[in-house]
Amino acid sequence: MKIKVIVTLKNGVLDPQGKAIQQTLNGMNFGNVEDVRQGKYFEIEVKEKDEKKAKSLVDDMCKKLLANLVIEDYKIV
Amino acid sequence: MRSSVIIFPGSNCDRDMDVALKKFGFKNQMVWHNDQSIPKSDLIVLPGGFSYGDYLRCGSIASKSKIIKSVIDFANSGGLVLGICNGFQILTETGLLNGILQQNKFLNFICSNVYVKVKDKQNKYFKYLKKDVLELHIAHNEGNYFCSDDELKSLEDNNQIAVTYCGEDGTENEITNPNGAIKNIAGIFNKNKNVLGMMPHPERMIDKYLSGEDGSLFFKNILDNFK
Repeated sequence: MKIKVIVTLKNGVLDPQGKAIQQTLNGMNFGNVEDVRQGKYFEIEVKEKDEKKAKSLVDDMCKKLLANLVIEDYKIV
Repeated sequence: MRSSVIIFPGSNCDRDMDVALKKFGFKNQMVWHNDQSIPKSDLIVLPGGFSYGDYLRCGSIASKSKIIKSVIDFANSGGLVLGICNGFQILTETGLLNGILQQNKFLNFICSNVYVKVKDKQNKYFKYLKKDVLELHIAHNEGNYFCSDDELKSLEDNNQIAVTYCGEDGTENEITNPNGAIKNIAGIFNKNKNVLGMMPHPERMIDKYLSGEDGSLFFKNILDNFK
């Protein structure tokens, strides 16, 4: 079963890459871009048929490795 | 004084550290990350470099290495653990040190000499050090120290801030902050001050003909404090 995870920076944490992307977009005449936040996306193939169990495993993985909870939030989608 | 330098795939300051430690009289040995245990040591060093290519987050993969359990046990029993640059990043990922090293504020890799101010001398690393400002070297892309407000308060309250970026005269401000680190932080301790992580490389400042000698003071001081 494939579980998808999105890891993003927490609100209030400076994202210089996002800022640079936003400024570049503005420079390309996408003037209405007000903010960009960059994140990470994972597709995790888990050997597990029960979706609830698979998601709970991935949740554990997020806490232990995939996200650093000092600055990042994660969402299992 | 016996020391061990842990080598991860992608470490690249391990041999510099070995040379530096031996130069000042440490009996140093190199330890591979996949080993189960660490030979008897008084100091464990996690060297700089790019362990696992900085994949996921700097230091995150190395922080799950086999050897790390022994490093954590050693630290928790009061042993001295020093993490330089990538080693500092690994220590934050293990949870031995608070916070995280984010990408530099201006998105640039910085390779230059900097001055750092020693903020606390009540520890085995800096006790009796005669200088308050050291000239050391930094080379990193992710050295922008960040932690939550609560963590920062606790670092300050317990005097866990070890070194901060400053000018030659010790001035700490935005201009003397190369990477955007919160409060100019270049290095911190754990609560018991036996674990030290810092971005600057003392092992690159041990020869007056190459760079400078303030790193020599750092290593000699650890040895003197141990005697």
